Amino acid sequence: MVENRPWLTLLAHVVLTFGVALVAFPVWIALVASTHEPSTFLSGVVPLWFGDNAYDSYATMLSAGISTSGAPPVSGMLFNSMVMAILIAVGKIAISLTSAFAIVYFRFPFRQAAFWMIFITLMLPVEVRILPTFEVVAGLGLLNSYAGLTIPLIASATATFLFRQVFLTIPDELTEAARIDGAGPLKFFKDILIPLSRTNIAALFVILFIYGWNQYLWPLLITTDDGSYTIVAGIKRMAEVAEADPQWNFIMATAVMAMLPPVLVVLLMQRLFVKGLVETEK
Amino acid sequence: MAGISIDRVSKVYAGGVSAVREVSVDIPDGAFAVLVGPSGCGKSTLLRMIAGLEAITSGDVTIGARRVNDLDPADRDIAMVFQNYALYPHMSVRENLSYGLRNRKTPKDEIARRVQAAADILQIGPFLDRKPRALSGGQRQRVAMGRAIVREPAAFLFDEPLSNLDAKLRVQMRAEIKQLQRRLGTTSIYVTHDQQEAMTMADKLIVLNGGVIEQEGEALDIYRRPATTFVAAFIGSPPMNLIDARVAGGRLLVGSAVVADGVGMADGAVTLGIRPEDLEPGGGGLDLTVDFVEEMGAERLVHGLHEGQKVIVTLPPDYPLGERLRVTAPGDRLHLFDPATGRRLDA
Repeated sequence: MVENRPWLTLLAHVVLTFGVALVAFPVWIALVASTHEPSTFLSGVVPLWFGDNAYDSYATMLSAGISTSGAPPVSGMLFNSMVMAILIAVGKIAISLTSAFAIVYFRFPFRQAAFWMIFITLMLPVEVRILPTFEVVAGLGLLNSYAGLTIPLIASATATFLFRQVFLTIPDELTEAARIDGAGPLKFFKDILIPLSRTNIAALFVILFIYGWNQYLWPLLITTDDGSYTIVAGIKRMAEVAEADPQWNFIMATAVMAMLPPVLVVLLMQRLFVKGLVETEK
Repeated sequence: MAGISIDRVSKVYAGGVSAVREVSVDIPDGAFAVLVGPSGCGKSTLLRMIAGLEAITSGDVTIGARRVNDLDPADRDIAMVFQNYALYPHMSVRENLSYGLRNRKTPKDEIARRVQAAADILQIGPFLDRKPRALSGGQRQRVAMGRAIVREPAAFLFDEPLSNLDAKLRVQMRAEIKQLQRRLGTTSIYVTHDQQEAMTMADKLIVLNGGVIEQEGEALDIYRRPATTFVAAFIGSPPMNLIDARVAGGRLLVGSAVVADGVGMADGAVTLGIRPEDLEPGGGGLDLTVDFVEEMGAERLVHGLHEGQKVIVTLPPDYPLGERLRVTAPGDRLHLFDPATGRRLDA
């Protein structure tokens, strides 16, 4: 459709610009705040340009943390978050791939029932079952561990449905050709299905990595030890100092560093993702 | 190398639908057998049962001397070429060809040798490192054949392999497939719905309809002596004219016209079959009102009506046509069928 209505174009641009500003402004404030003295933000006037304290804020947070508010160094928390996000993304993808494989390619009793049981886990995210799940995890002695952080979040095959749909689009003849070529079920899974779902796996990894990275409530609940804090939950602990003013420059520096890994994952994976979307032929 | 024997094989699906009924056929070693029939006649089901992709409800399939009913497709020593090629899209042509061999733990140098040999035969050498999507339809078809050849199996199974190609390429590929099969001497079963493809390729033609074999034999024999009205109408293009007729006092009558005399058959209704190319102008046979004419270039197809019954006649392209046309056929080119059962009467 070719249209030439200058006012409409202008309006569209105004709306879009406003939207971008709305999203970007808080990020900007965080970036700016992380470069000022702790006191600057408490004066009531929010600066809009960088200060000269950037090195101090970031170096302190990365190496030492703020002991007064019980915040460990950011580097450790970043590492914990990274491990958690990767374990959740990889775990969920592994579970979903195998369960979708079973449901699509094998005839077993109660196959449909199994599928719907898996599907129902979509309705039971951790937040809904948080108390019983905490009870179970505590009972198993998994508090303050990566296992405790990730397993309850992995245990829902969110992406089974997605992979089921992907597998259903793979022509039967391809499966049959592989059977005639002597590929057993696992070989077929490894040599044909996984390479053909590569792009979907990449897309899902991006989504699940961010999901895992942004986990807040669950890590807050089950990590009680400095060494196992994750960064998103850690920010909250910093802001909640008891008898002092929050040190906004440090908090904001942490927030900026917490934002970086998801951004990097999106940027890096996007290339694979788009390349994959172009190659649609199966 | 091995013959294939199918003994009273049936396929009944879970819903009780019977796709193949008690089919028995022997395919000698090295023969090119073609299963032909309209869609839904059970030809693909039969092929898939031979391949092992479909369970056999009853009966036996033997390849060579082995009963293969309970063997996996991979253990039956067959290779299959699919309608949509079924090439692995993420593998290069070379990987596509060697995948089956790698799964069978064939030594690397042996794989390389066979892939190279197949690539030479099929002239796909230049594409070995491309992905299937970078190939044209005909090239993909060749790769699919190559995947079958490298395996050096006891039998090739083809499931309508040419139906995705355009008409010109199809004619070319069917000649190539036939030549290739001659050269390799591998027993082959080829499924198609295209009777022309079936006629031109088959050493042994098997016409299926409704899950049973209507007729089997050499293509020309079937063409010359169709056993049923179904085969008569299915094999040959344009199809054989099937006309309601009757025998009365030794004379064969279509409406009021006498088509033949001295028919040694009891009086009663018959179905008369005449191929369009066997009808010649002149004589005192059928009196046609010309309905319309299809110009084929090399010949013209005249669609006419004889007392309300449709008749097609093949005539030379320059034959002068009027409103009416009288045609007759030599006595030995008339086929008589029982109108109730459709079976040939002079079998």
